[in-house]
Amino acid sequence: MFRNQYDNDASTWSPQGRIFQIEYAIEAVKQGSAVVGLKSNTHAVLVARSPNELASYQKKIVKIDKHMGVAIAGLTSDARVLGNYLRSEAMRFRMVYDLQIPVGRAMEALGSKAQTNTQVYGGRPYGVGLLVIGKDSKGPHLFEFSPSGMTSEYFAFSIGSRSQTARTYLERNYAQFENMDLKTLIKEGLTALKDTLPQDKQLDAENTSIAFVGVDQDLTIVDGPEVAAYLETIDSTEMELE
Amino acid sequence: MSSSLLLSKKNSDVTENGTYKHTTSPIVTGTSVLALKYKDGVMMASDCLASYGSLARFRNVRRLQPIGTHTILGASGEISDFQFIQNQFEGLMLKEHVEDGQKLETSSIYRYLSNVMYGRRSKVDPLWNKYIVAGVEPSKNNNIFLGFVDLYGTTYQSSVMATGFGAHIALPIMRKYAEPRADSLTEEEASKILDDCMRVLYYRDARSFNKIQKAKVTAQGVEISEPYSLSTNWDFAESIIGYGS
Amino acid sequence: MSTEIQNAAKSHAGRWEPYVDNGGTSLAIAGPDFCIIASDTRQSEGYSINTRYDSKVHQITDKVLFATSGYSADGKKLAENIKIQAEKYLDKNDKIIQAPSIAQMTSIIMYQKRFFPYYVFPILAGLDGEGKGCVFSYDPVGNMERVGFQVYGSASALIQPFLDNQVGLKHQENVDKNRTLSKQEAFDLAIDSFTSATERDIYTGDYLEIYTVDSTGIHKEVRTLKFD
Repeated sequence: MFRNQYDNDASTWSPQGRIFQIEYAIEAVKQGSAVVGLKSNTHAVLVARSPNELASYQKKIVKIDKHMGVAIAGLTSDARVLGNYLRSEAMRFRMVYDLQIPVGRAMEALGSKAQTNTQVYGGRPYGVGLLVIGKDSKGPHLFEFSPSGMTSEYFAFSIGSRSQTARTYLERNYAQFENMDLKTLIKEGLTALKDTLPQDKQLDAENTSIAFVGVDQDLTIVDGPEVAAYLETIDSTEMELE
Repeated sequence: MSSSLLLSKKNSDVTENGTYKHTTSPIVTGTSVLALKYKDGVMMASDCLASYGSLARFRNVRRLQPIGTHTILGASGEISDFQFIQNQFEGLMLKEHVEDGQKLETSSIYRYLSNVMYGRRSKVDPLWNKYIVAGVEPSKNNNIFLGFVDLYGTTYQSSVMATGFGAHIALPIMRKYAEPRADSLTEEEASKILDDCMRVLYYRDARSFNKIQKAKVTAQGVEISEPYSLSTNWDFAESIIGYGS
Repeated sequence: MSTEIQNAAKSHAGRWEPYVDNGGTSLAIAGPDFCIIASDTRQSEGYSINTRYDSKVHQITDKVLFATSGYSADGKKLAENIKIQAEKYLDKNDKIIQAPSIAQMTSIIMYQKRFFPYYVFPILAGLDGEGKGCVFSYDPVGNMERVGFQVYGSASALIQPFLDNQVGLKHQENVDKNRTLSKQEAFDLAIDSFTSATERDIYTGDYLEIYTVDSTGIHKEVRTLKFD
């Protein structure tokens, strides 16, 4: 019977030039419920949906600093470790330079930390993907973090289960995001997120979280009843279409 | 660690009883640095002398250093410690610039320097300087920044400031003519006040020199003058009676 | 004297003194449902005034302030440390840390530097978990006490006896010991304390920052003191 000989450890290559442990970790990200991130010239937005009503307390979006937040897809326990790491880096940077950490700088630190796990014997890659939004002197940013340690910047992106449908939506529409106001941007995010839902599920105030940050606005996380107002925006557009 | 082991350590000043010797007094020193805010930015002045005790040892030393595009650092006190800080900043600014092009602005540079100074005082191994950090911050609506930090890590911000003997001789002059008008002072007026202060200092501070440099930071960036000489008039010396004359 | 002690004394003799006194005075008065915190803003070194405006009151949470006096650099670092810890508490517990917890933590942070102390005389003040005014005062190594009012700094010897009399109702005959100060009375006492202290103490003056903490939040006022 076939058995993969090259997936016992993250520090072993396969002859095809693959590292299976990393690929498996990336599979773990795909098990997590989808999160969507997108940005305009002035704002960056995250939208996410909790997979389980019974576990609604499990946060999908967490705050890192006044100017930075992350959305999680994958192992939440791993995400907490990375979140704490980002928080301490952000805090350290603030103490040393009296400045909020530039988002790219934080991602670089995070990427380096995660990459180490893919190269040392006995290490386990983090089983979580993150979408990070934030702002710095260069404006708003959206980054993706993947278990390989790779960090990439995007105009719009989605990770997690069935996120391909969201990405398709974003790819078709991202060109218009540039000059959108915050409200419309959130609407676009929710529309993309809705595309990732299974047949019998929908977005509601109990299972949806929204976060946004702007050039002149700190990170704001919206969940609970206040989400309803934003959800109405996508419902009304639907009615228009019908 | 035994004292013999400590003595064998390279590059450290270890005394015979096994304790480390840190700087207990400065050797080659620069005297006052003056700085004030004016309408379009901030201006700073210092002379070009590095004294060895009462000896005017080095007479062409630049004590105003640009850091990045919109910040200047003025140093008084131990010149070698200043050179160490210059090296630190050279490395830091290169690293920060190369990584992602997000440049450090004045308040970040000031906080970093303050941390270094407080950190060294907390090791009881101070960098024997008083620094003035001045600049304009483009990302903060061209905010004009002027800050002080010394060997104790003591920090403060003000619209006029002076180190060393200047804190006694020049600061009262600047508080009278510059501080109340910091928002409306023109470049020419600011420049004249600093020249006058430097001249008074040259008359009264025996560790000063009449070759000086002036620097300004505006929204356009840093400009540091070449060294130049102040006009002086010593005619009054004739009329001084006493002091051995 | 043993040679070791002699050597130690000798090595200490030429040592640089890593402390300076930057002067300044801080005061806090707790009321039943409010708290008044006031500090002057002069920073001095010897007979020189470094600056006329250097804030010595630091906000820790939306209900708690931290006022310092003594060595300015240590004061700022200590306040920063406390703020960092309060922030970490929020990250870990998703709950804002309350005054008595900050008070205990401050004591620990300060005692950790028992043999190289923060040369700071801090006053932690604000509202406690029940919304009552609270004042905690410390010595530089972290000894802590919850008090009704406190003055620390260069003019403490001038103001504290005044508050003992006016707030603590000491040395007064036929006085109702249950009488409590109104917010306005406490506020006015703070101002009078500083205007008087400024007359006699050269290290106190320039500006006065007065914070009122009550159920509606933190309110700041700045008054001028004498510039001489």
